[in-house]
Amino acid sequence: MNIVVCIKQVPATQKVNVDPVTGVLKRDGVETKLNPYDCYAMETALHIQKKTKAKIHVITMGPNSAVDVLKEGFSLGAEEGWLLTDRKFAGADVLATSYAIASGIRQIKDVDLIICGKQTTDGDTAQVGPEIAEVLNIPHISWVQELVDVDDKGLTVRQDLSELDMIATLPYPCLITVEKGIFQPNLPSYRKKKAAKDYPIHFLTADQCEGLDQKRIGLSGSPTQVERIFTPEHDVKTMKLEGTGSEMARQVVKLLRDEKILEAGE
Amino acid sequence: MAGLVIDEKKCVLCGLCAKQCPFQAMQIINGKVEINAACKMCRLCLKNCPKQAIFEQKDDVTVLDKSEWKDILVYVEHTDGKIHPVTIELIGKALELAKVIHQKVRCLMIGSEIVEAADSLLDYGVHSVEVYDNPQLRYFRSDNYTEVFEDCILHLKPTVVLVGATVSGRSLAPRVAARFQTGLTADCTVLEMRENTDLVQIRPAFGGNIMAQILNTNHRPQFATVRYKVMDPAMKQDRVGEIHLCSIEDKKLCSKIGICKVEPKVQQKNISDADVLIAIGRGVKDEKTIQLLEKLAQILHGEIACSRPLVESGRYSVDRQIGLSGRTVKPKLIMTFGISGAIQFTAGMKGAEKIIAVNLDENAPIFELAHVAVVADVSEFVQKMIEEVEGKNRV
Repeated sequence: MNIVVCIKQVPATQKVNVDPVTGVLKRDGVETKLNPYDCYAMETALHIQKKTKAKIHVITMGPNSAVDVLKEGFSLGAEEGWLLTDRKFAGADVLATSYAIASGIRQIKDVDLIICGKQTTDGDTAQVGPEIAEVLNIPHISWVQELVDVDDKGLTVRQDLSELDMIATLPYPCLITVEKGIFQPNLPSYRKKKAAKDYPIHFLTADQCEGLDQKRIGLSGSPTQVERIFTPEHDVKTMKLEGTGSEMARQVVKLLRDEKILEAGE
Repeated sequence: MAGLVIDEKKCVLCGLCAKQCPFQAMQIINGKVEINAACKMCRLCLKNCPKQAIFEQKDDVTVLDKSEWKDILVYVEHTDGKIHPVTIELIGKALELAKVIHQKVRCLMIGSEIVEAADSLLDYGVHSVEVYDNPQLRYFRSDNYTEVFEDCILHLKPTVVLVGATVSGRSLAPRVAARFQTGLTADCTVLEMRENTDLVQIRPAFGGNIMAQILNTNHRPQFATVRYKVMDPAMKQDRVGEIHLCSIEDKKLCSKIGICKVEPKVQQKNISDADVLIAIGRGVKDEKTIQLLEKLAQILHGEIACSRPLVESGRYSVDRQIGLSGRTVKPKLIMTFGISGAIQFTAGMKGAEKIIAVNLDENAPIFELAHVAVVADVSEFVQKMIEEVEGKNRV
């Protein structure tokens, strides 16, 4: 049995600014990290591995340097890595990304289960998981909160449906996206990392993905285009309070009374 | 292949593009500028190259006949016929968009024994509600619902499909969009219609203080999800529409997902429904201050909310988190304490009627959208505020 965990390298900082003169996006530093929600996907894979003796693969798409995030996957328990890297993948939107990753997953033999984190911290869309499932034509359940049972036929999971809680079975092959809190993730282990130095990492270009339709990847395969990026303008008139802490507290309380948020008697 | 291309004759390898690229997608390798898979097509390199050595190569594509796709379809989110208010907000926005292109708004409702609930949507002036009423469809299952959604789109051919960014909406919309191999923009905060039926979709992007304006010009339908409390709800008006009872072949409803048990969730107080919110962020360091803020929330009959760091530290559950990875809120008043105001957070609360921000750093971006700015130590300030309220009580 093979489990594939989809992971992503994201910027370590959320601070991005646009230079008002040049229009250039500026990030503070260029550090990257593993998308934090992917740790829960890895931990879920480990729990399923204990019961099924499955092998855990990690897959990502990105530049060559994204190999680091696969190694991070190894330190969390994965045993084989797959990196989709090719300039032909550049400029991909959700649809083209999902298609590329699905095509990468097709290169791995006998995949039964694909696990994704609930979303990434840089895109925050939560769309790639369900779209991969659709491309592969397999069922999926998003926002899995609890792994109720697992065997060699499939999973039983608890899913949050906003006003309802649903416990449902899902046969392999299938895809799940997992909520934060499904399991407590373990810290990366040095022992695992050390053992991982010989684990294979496969570099996949578009040409190496058997069956991949080049019209469906990168910019060509992306129906959406970013027409422009901009810093939001604020037309709010801000009243900046002056004075000591007590004076400012008095002004705020008065304002709350004026707005009837605090009753006169309160 | 479409993409950015470097004209090697013009390129002088100055390295500016590699230095400026926010995604580290450009590298100089073996005396050549190479663009890697990290490229997001922001085109900054193209705009800023001093030698104009970068240009965009486009594919020859068949141009879509946009006139074949018309009307706006709103997906109705509900639980056993109880309609989620995001639906009414989407109808409100859809009516506004449809007016620009002189087209109609239709709804799609999937479930079991839902005709009566579907009928209530006609009060908002929609032209039709397409109802798929089948016991097999009582509960949301992504595969079955995708089949139904596909059936509906194939017979209506809508130019735009709007889906609430709820748990099921965010699971269903990508699946359906992928089936039609079309674009989907998540969590749009602004939607505008162009006369040629292109939908302008604006959303926060790249995890930072940046908005992206996204278009889907050569594919239909144009899918967008919108969170609850982002758009204004539709008003009731004269009924002009009708219910269309639709059916789908049973063989298409053979979900692989087996339902074992469905239970109503114990409803916790939802921060999206609170009138007053006290939001706590990274700048609040100690438990004592948190307790004071909880007390303040009680005094103001409000709820506690927070930004991502307090969920990551385990202090609060994700139900209380405001922002792109949490909830969107639109309260009468929000007071933020120790929150700097990254767009991740502000995207979820900037619709609040009154924003009072308290932060020690006077350059915090939160002050740009706050109505009242208080530059102060949070701990000291909340103490003073409580004293002030309680002091007045004694008078």
